[in-house]
Amino acid sequence: MESHAPWQVGSKAILSVTGLGDLLGRLWAGGRQVVGPVVRDGAICLGPVRTIADLPKGLTDEHGPGTYRLKPRGDEALFGFTVGQHAFKRSILLPEVALVQLRRKGRDVEVEPATPKTQPLALLGVRACDAAALGIQDKVLCGGPYADSDYEARRADVLVIAVQCTNAASTCFCASMGTGPHLSNGFDLALTELLSPTHRFLVEVGSPAGATLANQLELTPVSEGDLSDAKTAEQAALTQMGRHLETAGLREKLQQNPDDSHWENVANRCLSCANCTMVCPTCFCTTMEDRTDLTGDIATRIRRYDSCFSEAFAYVHGGSVRPTVRARYRQWLTHKLSTWVDQFGSLGCVGCGRCITFCPVGIDITAEAKAVGAPARTG
Amino acid sequence: MSHRPKIAVWKQSSCDGCQLSLLDCEDELLAVLGAVDLAYFPEATSTEKKGPYDVSLVEGSITMPHDVERIKKIRAESKVLVTIGACATSGGIQALRNFRNHAEMMAIVYARPDYIQSLATSTPIADHVPVDYELRGCPISKEQLLEVLTALVNGRSPRLPRHPVCLECKIKGHVCVMVAHQTPCLGPVTHAGCGALCPGYSRGCYGCFGPSDDPKTSPLAKRFLAQGVPAEQVGRLFLTFNANAPPFKAEGLLHGGVESKSAPPTNGGK
Repeated sequence: MESHAPWQVGSKAILSVTGLGDLLGRLWAGGRQVVGPVVRDGAICLGPVRTIADLPKGLTDEHGPGTYRLKPRGDEALFGFTVGQHAFKRSILLPEVALVQLRRKGRDVEVEPATPKTQPLALLGVRACDAAALGIQDKVLCGGPYADSDYEARRADVLVIAVQCTNAASTCFCASMGTGPHLSNGFDLALTELLSPTHRFLVEVGSPAGATLANQLELTPVSEGDLSDAKTAEQAALTQMGRHLETAGLREKLQQNPDDSHWENVANRCLSCANCTMVCPTCFCTTMEDRTDLTGDIATRIRRYDSCFSEAFAYVHGGSVRPTVRARYRQWLTHKLSTWVDQFGSLGCVGCGRCITFCPVGIDITAEAKAVGAPARTG
Repeated sequence: MSHRPKIAVWKQSSCDGCQLSLLDCEDELLAVLGAVDLAYFPEATSTEKKGPYDVSLVEGSITMPHDVERIKKIRAESKVLVTIGACATSGGIQALRNFRNHAEMMAIVYARPDYIQSLATSTPIADHVPVDYELRGCPISKEQLLEVLTALVNGRSPRLPRHPVCLECKIKGHVCVMVAHQTPCLGPVTHAGCGALCPGYSRGCYGCFGPSDDPKTSPLAKRFLAQGVPAEQVGRLFLTFNANAPPFKAEGLLHGGVESKSAPPTNGGK
């Protein structure tokens, strides 16, 4: 038998289910918080995963515009679902965080930057779309003159334990965005869950940190059969992919049609409730809030998620520059699928479909993007 | 605002729940009492200092003839007037009578309606006098009350965002009850401030904070109907604690949220 250790970047090997439990134990023992899929309130959310018993065993998720249901799969799969309401951004770009505190000391003011007390993270179950989204947020929030130091500090020590998709939802469209379903980079370890003949994981090492971790695990060499099983499993995700977004010419089309009548059509259906932006893994908009205590001696500056769908978001002296839902929806879609390219060099959408599923009224970004500027319409 | 603002707490037609939120500030109560001069608050103290007051917190709606005169006097004596709770900000649950025959309602509720002096409608304070700040909710949020008091003590504007509950619900990370459980939820059209309390317990928001800044009630109601909620129930969802708030009133009445067994009110409510 060929010698298999040490594992290196690019190595592939087989990890047993108990081996995955061992991986979790080692990550926690090493001082890392493992954040991954857990079931809460009838949905798959992100939360601490301490053992494999915390994972959503034997469950899958059915997605549709404005609907989400958990269903039993009838097997032992631990990652047999797609993406839930929570994006991994919640662990790095925190929904609400204190950035600085000012304390009055006599006639002086003491400035206390709230240096983030970060715990090293391991994100477990990152899908191809999620990994692409992390890359996009890194581009927006790290480096350059407007770097977000809190984000950078939290991002500095994050292990990505990805999971290759072996099924897709009706709302998924990563294939058309070029982000998935197969993940080929941006991870430390990538797992492909294989259910038969035995329940096991094909592990791919994606980074030196991943290799170090792999060398602590009991991995066995990969066989031709394992590789072929993984290929078949991943093919299922591609076949099941329910949606498509045509990206050719999209950037130009949206910028050329600011007055298209379809914007009003969406505005009549949109609640402007901000849910799409909250669940979007790339939306990064925040606002600052200053809070003081009763004595006025302590003031804290908080950064919290905000949304271009909130009327106050575009408030400037004298009023909001986007007072209508039509203007706000157009702003969101055009930024995400058009001007994002001008600003950051890529589209702002990774095709995860969360905004379709978690829109309370089921507005479908792929359908709206197609309809704007469409040459002929009925009705 | 002066160093220790002189504060009065008033009650019109209401249940007292909102003003008791001030006493519910258990951990912060001593700090609050240190920061303000509690000049008039019958629920807490028998001390009654005469006006004028720096800040008046006003609970309750205008439902009786003497309320109308009293609120004008309170306004005249107060530098800053803050209405607290759904009754004061929209007319409260008692505004349900605005859509029905007042005399018949009186006869149902009271054994001797002739002893009762009440107006045909229950209306918010802002319909009668200028209001500086509104605290929504049934009851109000303790945190928002502290925020307003803190802001007034320190001479800054209070932070009272008017976006929908959904934004704070997602910030908290609650599972969407509408999408995941098909539970009708008014979160998308309801004013934030409660911290998405009900969705946090897997219940739909029932809109006790009233309409948000730009509430799109029509597409939401259409969604409820499409999900199989009977029209009358859709109407009732909008016609509860903030039934008289114009966007909720319009949407609720559109779906027949009021059983019109009685003759419709001749004055259209207000």
